[in-house]
Amino acid sequence: MYVSYKWLQEYVDLSGITPEELAEKITKSGIEVEGVETLDEGIKGVVVGYVSEKEKHPSADKLNICQVDLGDGELVQIICGAPNVDKGQKVAVATVGAVLPGNFKIKKAKLRGEASNGMICSLQELGFESKLVAKEYSEGIYVFPADTELGTNALEQLHRDDQVLELGLTPNRADCQSMLGVAYEVAAILGKDVKLPQPKVETVSERAADYITVKVEAADDNPLYVAKVIKNVKIAPSPLWLQARLTAAGIRPHNNVVDITNYILLEYGQPLHAFDYDRLGSKEILVRRANQGEKITTLDDAERELTTDHLVITNGEVPVALAGVMGGANSEVGNETTTVLLESAYFTGGAIRKSSKDHGLRSEASARYEKGVDPQRIRPAAERAAQLLTQYAGGEVLEGSVEVDTLKVEPAVISITIDKINRVLGTTLSVSEANNILERLQFTTVVEENEMTVTVPTRRGDITIEEDLVEEVGRLYGYDNLTSTLPGGTASAGSLTPYQKKRRIVRQYLEGAGLYQAITYSLTSAEKAQNYCLEVREPIKLAMPMSEERSVLRLSLIPHLLEVLKYNSARQIDATAVYETGSVFLSTAKNELPEEKEHLAAAITGLWELHQWQGEKKPVDFFVLKGILEGLFSKLGLLEQITFAKLEKDGLHPGRSAEVFLNETSIGFIGQVHPNVEKELDLKETYVFELSLEKLLHAEMNPLRYEAIPRYPSITRDIALVVDQTTTAQALSTVIREAGGKLLKDVHVFDLYEGDRMEEGKKSIAYSLKYFDPERTLTDEEVVKTHDKVLKALEEKAGAVLRG
Amino acid sequence: MQERLKELQGEALEKVSAAMDLKELNDIRVAYLGKKGPITEVLKGMGKLSAEERPKMGALANEVRDQITQGITAKQVQLEEAQIQAKLAAETIDVTLPGRPVHTGNHHSLTRVVEEIEDLFIGMGYTVAEGPEVEKDYYNFEALNLPKGHPARDMQDSFYITEDILLRTHTSPVQARTMEKHEGKGPVKIICPGKVFRRDNDDATHSHQFMQIEGLVIDENIRMTDLKGTLEVFAKKMFGEEREIRLRPSFFPFTEPSVEMDISCMICSGEGCNVCKKTGWIEILGAGMVHPNVLEMAGFDSKKYTGFAFGMGAERIAMLKYGVDDIRHFYTNDSRFLKQFSIHE
Repeated sequence: MYVSYKWLQEYVDLSGITPEELAEKITKSGIEVEGVETLDEGIKGVVVGYVSEKEKHPSADKLNICQVDLGDGELVQIICGAPNVDKGQKVAVATVGAVLPGNFKIKKAKLRGEASNGMICSLQELGFESKLVAKEYSEGIYVFPADTELGTNALEQLHRDDQVLELGLTPNRADCQSMLGVAYEVAAILGKDVKLPQPKVETVSERAADYITVKVEAADDNPLYVAKVIKNVKIAPSPLWLQARLTAAGIRPHNNVVDITNYILLEYGQPLHAFDYDRLGSKEILVRRANQGEKITTLDDAERELTTDHLVITNGEVPVALAGVMGGANSEVGNETTTVLLESAYFTGGAIRKSSKDHGLRSEASARYEKGVDPQRIRPAAERAAQLLTQYAGGEVLEGSVEVDTLKVEPAVISITIDKINRVLGTTLSVSEANNILERLQFTTVVEENEMTVTVPTRRGDITIEEDLVEEVGRLYGYDNLTSTLPGGTASAGSLTPYQKKRRIVRQYLEGAGLYQAITYSLTSAEKAQNYCLEVREPIKLAMPMSEERSVLRLSLIPHLLEVLKYNSARQIDATAVYETGSVFLSTAKNELPEEKEHLAAAITGLWELHQWQGEKKPVDFFVLKGILEGLFSKLGLLEQITFAKLEKDGLHPGRSAEVFLNETSIGFIGQVHPNVEKELDLKETYVFELSLEKLLHAEMNPLRYEAIPRYPSITRDIALVVDQTTTAQALSTVIREAGGKLLKDVHVFDLYEGDRMEEGKKSIAYSLKYFDPERTLTDEEVVKTHDKVLKALEEKAGAVLRG
Repeated sequence: MQERLKELQGEALEKVSAAMDLKELNDIRVAYLGKKGPITEVLKGMGKLSAEERPKMGALANEVRDQITQGITAKQVQLEEAQIQAKLAAETIDVTLPGRPVHTGNHHSLTRVVEEIEDLFIGMGYTVAEGPEVEKDYYNFEALNLPKGHPARDMQDSFYITEDILLRTHTSPVQARTMEKHEGKGPVKIICPGKVFRRDNDDATHSHQFMQIEGLVIDENIRMTDLKGTLEVFAKKMFGEEREIRLRPSFFPFTEPSVEMDISCMICSGEGCNVCKKTGWIEILGAGMVHPNVLEMAGFDSKKYTGFAFGMGAERIAMLKYGVDDIRHFYTNDSRFLKQFSIHE
């Protein structure tokens, strides 16, 4: 809502308060003032002049040489290119030395050899927004009414010596979509009175009821309809002050009748509509839901197809307006209009919202109906409009209104104690202090001891419960005046859950290991959603996606992490290592929430080690990422429970991928991205893993217990084994561990040979075994005995032969 | 004989002094002091001497030996020292060359903000509550005093999956769920971080997905002054002790009264600059006293319990705190962006 400071002064005494000060006060007590605009900012030296002569420029077709009287009797020659400039007009003249918006300075000039001492201005040149300039002046200069005084400040004549406050209204403050509503608010803030307009209408003897009948078939949507008839109107421009007020509020002037309905909309917040009575085609108004497929051409010349959801005003046969949104072209007020049917109605928010939304049509009227208008302003608004139509359109108001009224108006009555107010706010206000605030808002109150019974005016439909009154008292008392305390009550120890704690440890570990945390979108494309899932399900689709790229919920974190790698690699970043923790979404039964699982994924590509001047350079490989993963399992005390098994999965390298098991449960996978995918994404060798974070973090681990530091020496035996190429290291170490029993403390691979010195299909793998007993020094004999057992088991169970 | 010994001593010490390395020195030792050395040779002639002279000569010979031994030892120390020096000189490196890089990653800037806020509130006795990103309309809207058809639903156009299921538009449903779990018994003291979604086209200031952090306290005697005090602690810890806060009335369907909190601009300290649009204040979050309908719907007696709630966008906090100018950076994951958040003040 745009509020003219000058206009507001008509209702509230603002003396001694600048627009900026007012803005600050309004912001602090309830409505954010988003800006204060000075309409004539940066404009100087523009006066009203009279074009006494106009002749064609001898050497430019489109230019005219005008002799302009600026009120001091002397003529000033000005070249003007506007198509509508003419002898006898009163115009806005930027004189030599004048300044126009954008610091545009007017100087003496010669245009094609002819002197020009100033500029005749269009409204746009005087800082008007193009869309707010009346159509007749939109393509040329502005022409003042003939009685405008010469030599006066043109901006003052245009009532632009004003400032406009832009209010950012929250949905509850529908009351401030009107000047009167803002006036009540400002009066309450300043502790002043509101001066309301007092409509006085002189009527002629003819009765409106003889001209029109009104029927409402959709009383739920339209509980009150008021029609008035005004005869003998003369369509003309409305007075400049009125046009200026519309312009300041962001509404374009049209003609006196339309402007007056818009003026009332701004003043009372009550949308009105003026029909050309003679073009209505009947003597009847019928309000009903539209028939399915019925059509109407609205004032913006768009033909709209209607459904039974839409409320229309008809002439008994065809729609003449889309109720509460926009009038129909068939009954539009134009230059020939002499009799006006004026509509002031109460339409419910829901009905109007539906029409407005379905037709993508938001008007000043619909914006007000959607949020709710004051039911007690329907009639005064019509009266006030009728008054202005007699004053500024020469109309004669017929006696009476034709109404259909099923509206029940019941102001809210709320009782509240001062204790309640103080308990919520934390204040120590007295009843009279609180009551004083409510009275400033012009609420009617009855005080009995500690209790106030408040009758809320219908203009404040947002106030329905005690807490609403608490807010009114609080905001006008001023939140700055509240003290600062902290919640009392029983002290509670705050903490993270074990899961949340471990998740932080996972993040810290991975970052320590060299991965950066990424956060990517939960929404993805249907195509990407199918890749790299731990569990394959049908992706969950949005009902109305904004784009295909963000149309379904992700089933894996990897596709977006690969995109991150692609993005970075396309920018010459030669190494990227990222991880993400986030949800994936598994569909369940329709109309049930999906299963949301938190996953952990990582993706690495490019160089892993780079120490340039020492010539060390090593790209990522499977074992880099696997090492990181094993370190993580180790950190979580789970390494002993983890196994890896070869895995073939779409999108992964079939020979370099593994499924990860926690005991018997699969918890995810690790592998190289399939070379075809790498090629498609223009990536070098890339490795990924994705795990169920929940399975990982909920896994049982042994509690941390101190283990005595060895006091006895351990004995190490190295063995090189020849095994089938397909025998896995994991299988061998399992055999070794089982056979080695308690004395075997540690097993690890220290060499692998697969070269051509080996027999076809064989490889050599070397293990280092460490034997140890915490209680005593092992004898050679004992070690030999166990070690032989190990070798035997290796031969029997894995076909492993000691390499000679 | 005496002369011969003196001569040998002089000769040996000369050679010792001229010795270039330890090997040469050892050769000298063997040559002069060894069993086959010249001193031994000289002493073989002792038999010819008188009984008087013999001990004198013996003493002299020992002295000569000692002198040479001492000379050798001193030289040895000297040579060893030189050898160490030479070795050290040879081992000298350019200490200004860069070290071996240790590659560590770091938190995403949003996680950093979220954890900082979590920790701050954990310190004040809050626990961290989380909930699903895909929500029921009931928890996202209805339980928060936003019945179907409520005009405020327009404020946050949403991604629906079915008529009753949508991507949550705020983390408030976590509050609704937590309150429900408490079955009408306070206190509740939670902080709820999480991803939320709105139908916005992604641009420099809008993102269809963003991170929200909300807080909720419900107890028997929670007042608006408690909200103000809590927010003050938050603002000062997050943005500096010198920050001031201001509460402005606002509107949210789930709180009444509702406020927005501004902090004094950290760039210009209230003087007026581009960041605060010349107002001296920067809007940080929305808050308010929990609406009685919300309390009642979750099973709390609104006559007995009151509460406050607040909510903010992690991106906005990060943008203000670190001067990030485009919200899309948080989701593009450009390495050059991610890496900047490794420093800890």
